[in-house]
Amino acid sequence: MNPSPSFWHRLRAVLRRLFARKVVLAAAIVITLVASIAVVFPWVSDADPNALSISERLRAPSGTHWAGTDELGRDVLLRIVHGARYSLLIGLVTAAGAVLLGTLLGMFAGFFRKLDAPLMRVVDAMMSFPDILLGIALVSILGVSLWNVMLALVIVYTPRVARVVRATTLVLRELLFVDAARALGVRTHLILWRHILPNLMSPILVQVTFIFAYAILAEAGLSFLGVGVPPDIPTWGTMIAGSLDYADKAFWTIFAPGVAIVLTALSLQMLGDGVRDLLDPKLKKTV
Amino acid sequence: MMRFLLKRLGGAVVVLALVAVLVFCLTRLASGDPVALLLGDQATAADIAQARAQYGLDQPLPVQFGLWVGELLQGNLGQSLFLQRPVAQALLERAEPTLFLALFAVGIAALVGVPCGMAAAVWRGSATDQAVSGVAMLGASVPSFWLGLILIQLFAVKLGWFPASGYGDPTATLGERLSHLMLPALVLGLLNSALIIRFTRASMLDILGEDYVRTARAKGLPEGTIMVKHVLRNALVPIVTVLGLTMALMIGGTVVTETVFNLPGVGNLVVRAVLRRDYPVIQGTLLVIAAIYVFINLAIDFLYTLVDPRIRLEAP
Repeated sequence: MNPSPSFWHRLRAVLRRLFARKVVLAAAIVITLVASIAVVFPWVSDADPNALSISERLRAPSGTHWAGTDELGRDVLLRIVHGARYSLLIGLVTAAGAVLLGTLLGMFAGFFRKLDAPLMRVVDAMMSFPDILLGIALVSILGVSLWNVMLALVIVYTPRVARVVRATTLVLRELLFVDAARALGVRTHLILWRHILPNLMSPILVQVTFIFAYAILAEAGLSFLGVGVPPDIPTWGTMIAGSLDYADKAFWTIFAPGVAIVLTALSLQMLGDGVRDLLDPKLKKTV
Repeated sequence: MMRFLLKRLGGAVVVLALVAVLVFCLTRLASGDPVALLLGDQATAADIAQARAQYGLDQPLPVQFGLWVGELLQGNLGQSLFLQRPVAQALLERAEPTLFLALFAVGIAALVGVPCGMAAAVWRGSATDQAVSGVAMLGASVPSFWLGLILIQLFAVKLGWFPASGYGDPTATLGERLSHLMLPALVLGLLNSALIIRFTRASMLDILGEDYVRTARAKGLPEGTIMVKHVLRNALVPIVTVLGLTMALMIGGTVVTETVFNLPGVGNLVVRAVLRRDYPVIQGTLLVIAAIYVFINLAIDFLYTLVDPRIRLEAP
């Protein structure tokens, strides 16, 4: 089925409202730029981000190495570009996984009274640990690897999504259209799928952007502590962690990857904020 | 009211029990044998088996869990495998830097966050509001260890105003201690002020919409008096709450910052214990951190019911 012209029309209208605030537009442009570079660059250039060059160690930023070189003579900018793929992948997978699981749990807890207390007590228990501490414990169990970091972060952020989704579901459950559907004899799973889930979309979308940003930050923190991604994979976190001992002599080795993290995380949160304003006009007025 | 409090208390006990199960499972699922790490390469199979028996690690998991909980209920957190002392003692030795750091950082967060949030709420929609929102979001986008490294370069290496790491020697005065804590507290305080800003702004705006504020305006009170006497006073309860929660989260959330600044605090203790698989220390510390969080939450709920009778009535 092709989307009808009116779909595009509506999409344009929505986007126009979303980008009415210039910062949201700027944030969207930054994210698109970072994502396209991350996807396209490795196709057009086969420069190896792990290529060593002992004679070029710790060079300050210059015409040949725009962001300088690190302690092994690797080009910092090239590694940031390659690192973008991994950092974005971690953010995306974590956000998708946590939102998928969290929505399911939150919806069940909010909709079925019997499940509410047991599910939410487990959520409470998991949320009584600081994020980073739970992350450390989980990665040390699972072992240091790219996929294990993502799995650990999914486990860390799922309870947060579940809590938000449950709160919204509790409100939705009492609304008239749900009552009406029930009175008409609509099956429970269809009520959840067709009537509850579509109305959860706005909090879910906001959560996706925020968890995306948090996951990029959390990966950096875990890699810094040595319980994250293995050092040979260039993520923005492992780059800073790897060059730690050279911060005095070659500040650019830790500065540039950090800027990449801040810029991306900030843009994601700005975008999330914009989406929240768009989808919930009432919230904009009061908060 | 009594029923509500009892129900809340019961909930907290259940959560704590689940935390204990969770903590136990987390440590026991981990790969790597602490005893083999402890005894080193020279140990024979018989040595390892004997040590395992000595620490009760040869028992089935449910029995180990039962023994641990039994000790816990008597107030005993167990014995560290590596530190040659009880977990409780190791924790107490490390508590001071973390506690001071958390207090210092919450103070900075409040000093930055409350005025900024107030300004954003009073001039809602203005350039000030947008700038404050932007700064708050920036605070939530900066990796703490990265900010720490930058502050070290700037204030410790270049300017030499504050020490770059450590907590001073054991005889250090309070002033020296505080100067060691300055940079880490600045990192945690600035980054956590984002939450305080958002919260202050939201609760101020909530109260600005109340009828009594309109009444105060209608009877011609000066705007400054309304803000301080009516709005801020009522917004203070949620603001103090979020400060308390920030404090609770910080007690365990200082791990990364403690590592950057090499502070001998609780976070440092946990990270080392995790790397060495020191089960009793990991279990004990995680449990205590989670328990502090649960109890601060509980205390806040209790105080709320005392301050605001509407909450008791609304409680199911």
